[in-house]
Amino acid sequence: MSAKPTTGKSLKNAAEVKAQLRPERELRKIVDTVLRLGKAAGIKETEVQVDEGIDALTRFANNAIHQHVAEHGLNVSIRTMVDGRTARVTTNRIDEDSLKAALEGSVSLAASQPNNPHLLPLLGKQKYRNVNRFIRATAALSAEERARAVKAACDLADRKGQVAAGIFASGQSQSILVNSRGLIAAYRQTQAEFSITMQQGSASSWAKANAADVRQFDTKALSQTASRKAEMAQNPVELTPGRYSVILEPAATLDLVGFLFYDFAATAVRDKRSCLADRMGKPLFGANISITDDVYHPEQLGPAFDGEGVPRQQVLLVDKGVPKNLVYSRRSAKEAGRKPTGHGFPLPNEHGEAPMNLVIGGGKTSLVEMIASTERGLLVTRLWYIREVDPYEKIMTGMTRDGLFLVEKGKITKAARNFRFNQSVLEMLRKVESLSHSHRASGEEAFEMVVPAMKVGEFHFSEVTKF
Amino acid sequence: MWDYCGHSLEVAQLRGATYADVRVMHMRQRDLTTKNGQVGTLGQCESIGLGIRVVANGAWGFASTDKMTREGVAACAAHAVAIARASALAKKENVHLAPEGVYVDSWQGPGKKDPFEIPLETQLELLLAADAAMRKVKGVTLSETDMQFRKIDTWFASSAGSKIHQRRTMSGCGIVATSFKGDGIQKRSYPNSFGGQHILGGYELIESLDLVGNAPRIGEEVVALHAAAQCPEKVGTVILGGSQLGLQIHESVGHPIELDRVLGQEANFAGTSFLTLDKLNNLKYAASNVNVVADAREIHGPGLGTFAYDDEGVPAQCIDVIKDGEFRGYLSNRETAHLVGLQRSGGTMRTEGWNRLPMIRMTNVSILPGTWAFEDLIADTDDGILMETNRSWSIDDRRYQFQFSTEIAWDIKGGKKARMLKNPSYSGITTEFWNSCDAVCDAEHWVLWGTPNCGKGQPMQTMGTGHGASPARFRDVRIGAAFSNE
Repeated sequence: MSAKPTTGKSLKNAAEVKAQLRPERELRKIVDTVLRLGKAAGIKETEVQVDEGIDALTRFANNAIHQHVAEHGLNVSIRTMVDGRTARVTTNRIDEDSLKAALEGSVSLAASQPNNPHLLPLLGKQKYRNVNRFIRATAALSAEERARAVKAACDLADRKGQVAAGIFASGQSQSILVNSRGLIAAYRQTQAEFSITMQQGSASSWAKANAADVRQFDTKALSQTASRKAEMAQNPVELTPGRYSVILEPAATLDLVGFLFYDFAATAVRDKRSCLADRMGKPLFGANISITDDVYHPEQLGPAFDGEGVPRQQVLLVDKGVPKNLVYSRRSAKEAGRKPTGHGFPLPNEHGEAPMNLVIGGGKTSLVEMIASTERGLLVTRLWYIREVDPYEKIMTGMTRDGLFLVEKGKITKAARNFRFNQSVLEMLRKVESLSHSHRASGEEAFEMVVPAMKVGEFHFSEVTKF
Repeated sequence: MWDYCGHSLEVAQLRGATYADVRVMHMRQRDLTTKNGQVGTLGQCESIGLGIRVVANGAWGFASTDKMTREGVAACAAHAVAIARASALAKKENVHLAPEGVYVDSWQGPGKKDPFEIPLETQLELLLAADAAMRKVKGVTLSETDMQFRKIDTWFASSAGSKIHQRRTMSGCGIVATSFKGDGIQKRSYPNSFGGQHILGGYELIESLDLVGNAPRIGEEVVALHAAAQCPEKVGTVILGGSQLGLQIHESVGHPIELDRVLGQEANFAGTSFLTLDKLNNLKYAASNVNVVADAREIHGPGLGTFAYDDEGVPAQCIDVIKDGEFRGYLSNRETAHLVGLQRSGGTMRTEGWNRLPMIRMTNVSILPGTWAFEDLIADTDDGILMETNRSWSIDDRRYQFQFSTEIAWDIKGGKKARMLKNPSYSGITTEFWNSCDAVCDAEHWVLWGTPNCGKGQPMQTMGTGHGASPARFRDVRIGAAFSNE
């Protein structure tokens, strides 16, 4: 490839990128080219997925923007099936020669492996529920608009003698999945996110929101929350590690309970790497715990189909403390004599499936009421660096971060130094004393889900850190 | 590719950029996995695009595109300048870059056998043989293997006149046996967990590791773990295997020395660092026998952090991080070098791909070999626990308090390796832990481990880093807290 020489005048006038997704017909044209090439090559089964994304992110620290980025990319992913074998090749080059090379590459990879008796033929045409998650206001958000919102957050920090760091991101994406058996599935969405950490001396606090519609959150309110809590987080006392009543704000609930998501995969249970192996149908959590996977929940994002094009189903995973159902890909469903639930990953893969839109049923207790009802406990803003210590008891370790507060006699009395926890999530969900309403929450360890704040008894903190 | 680089730089400058650098990257990747005797993932991907970073109105802007046409790269450059102007709405001071030379060069990383030229059948045959060998052991309930290969060509150009082409080929592989029995799940991995070993090099890595030969041992150990004694909870002596020490270095030395963290630029996500600027040359980080360097040069070895130039065109360097136990140096870039009294960048700016902004990343952050033979270290230990192969890792957002658990451990009693222990873990405070090191094994046991999955930045970037390490001994360490009920 080479670029032609050009003049200074034309360079200066070169058009700026106006971030816009391609019309769907352009994606269909790419797909049609691949299917035509596949047919001409005598390939019986071909699947094509085209993903396009436009993302921009304004990053700030020390009360100023220090990174500010934008990207626009498109990938074409081609899967072929040849004599009971399958493989995938992905490219971002969309000229016909490159698409042909990718198609041939997929056939070549597929042919190099042993026959797979479990491989299913491609899925035929399906019907999908309509989900509208493309919001023009989010797609239209400019670098300057993000920068102005960030400036307001930095100005607040300046006024308060605090130091702000965070991001304001916005993006739009689309996908189309088509195969040679007539399946066509398409999806578009927008996404916006604002996250802010306010630091005051050695103390800090944090707030974050994420939604399809940028108008659903208020960057000023989030900044004020983080600022107010950073002020509260001054002069933390060192408490003795041990078991405490904790009030987990929604982000803390999300990041901890979110680690359960893959345990509900039928493939993980079959492989006996899930904490639900040999535990399905038996009471495992408290009767106040119910969990559903529901991509159609109004606060969720994501397409109404899975990686093979199966329509996503709502699945009741935990009913009043009892694990009732798993999610299934086409293969794991066939092996279990069940129907696929629309949670499979693109093939080929070894993981099978997973619920990606968890909704944890909430209660009626507000965060304020949880605090008011606590004789002695800790309010947890956020958790950090959570990792699995024991996969079967689901013991997770991690740290509190950006605001740990001591609650005494129904009131927040002081800030506390951050703790390390080693806590079984199974045990924790047996000791949930109250729940708030559930809403879409955003953390850093798990993907966004709809979860409540939780008050939990006897949460286990094992060590304390220096701040 | 140079034409696209030059064209975008021209547009950026004509639009008002006072500095610009551009990377065109062509990235290829092959992923293979097996599970229980069946092929799992089998795929290749390829991506090519351009990313341009500019300074305009004294502020940064970055844009990227996969539209590799004259119009596409020009529009991308113009977009980057527009973003920089928006950034200037919320700036405190103008961007200042440390001076750097102009380089015109081409470099190819080490590697004997191009993994993309090895027949796929050969690669799968090896993985399936290792997979089968693990499952031959009764009690193994899940066997998994993987290989990953990457080849990245980067064409870097700057408005200062540098033009640098680099080709880096990376290879990695690993095997894992899992056993479920009644009330527990145990796991053993070889040669390391979470993807195995990864280097900057070719298929010769895979051939050197004898996956099939090690598979039965891994299977037998994972089954034996069910019957092993629980690792006790106590304060005592720990000997860490080399790969675990590599991860300990990554988390408790490599991340704290990143200057962007120290300066608060990661405060919202990856966190900050306890290594505030006043600690440079003023902190006893570790015991006197501990020497740690950040070395990106080829002479250090074929690590995932090895290159000739970083992604802002600065030559690879070796930096003393800990010298005879004293804290001596940070990881820096052209923008931050002057803050720690450096005349030039330490050369640690790296990007995941063409669509991401380069940022300060670890190169090869390695402990230098000590003097102990491993056998002598065991013989010299009257009462301790030998821990191998990471199972979980966690550290606070300022990098003080950490907890690691490993897949397996053995008691050391009277200078001899004794009974196997399950569910081992240890924890501590970074500087207290490193100051308790009283022995580091010699060069014969030193391996340049690859960590392929280091996450940092927003949007998140995954980067490969190298960590040379040999087994080492630490005294008075808290052991077993992960499974404590107290």
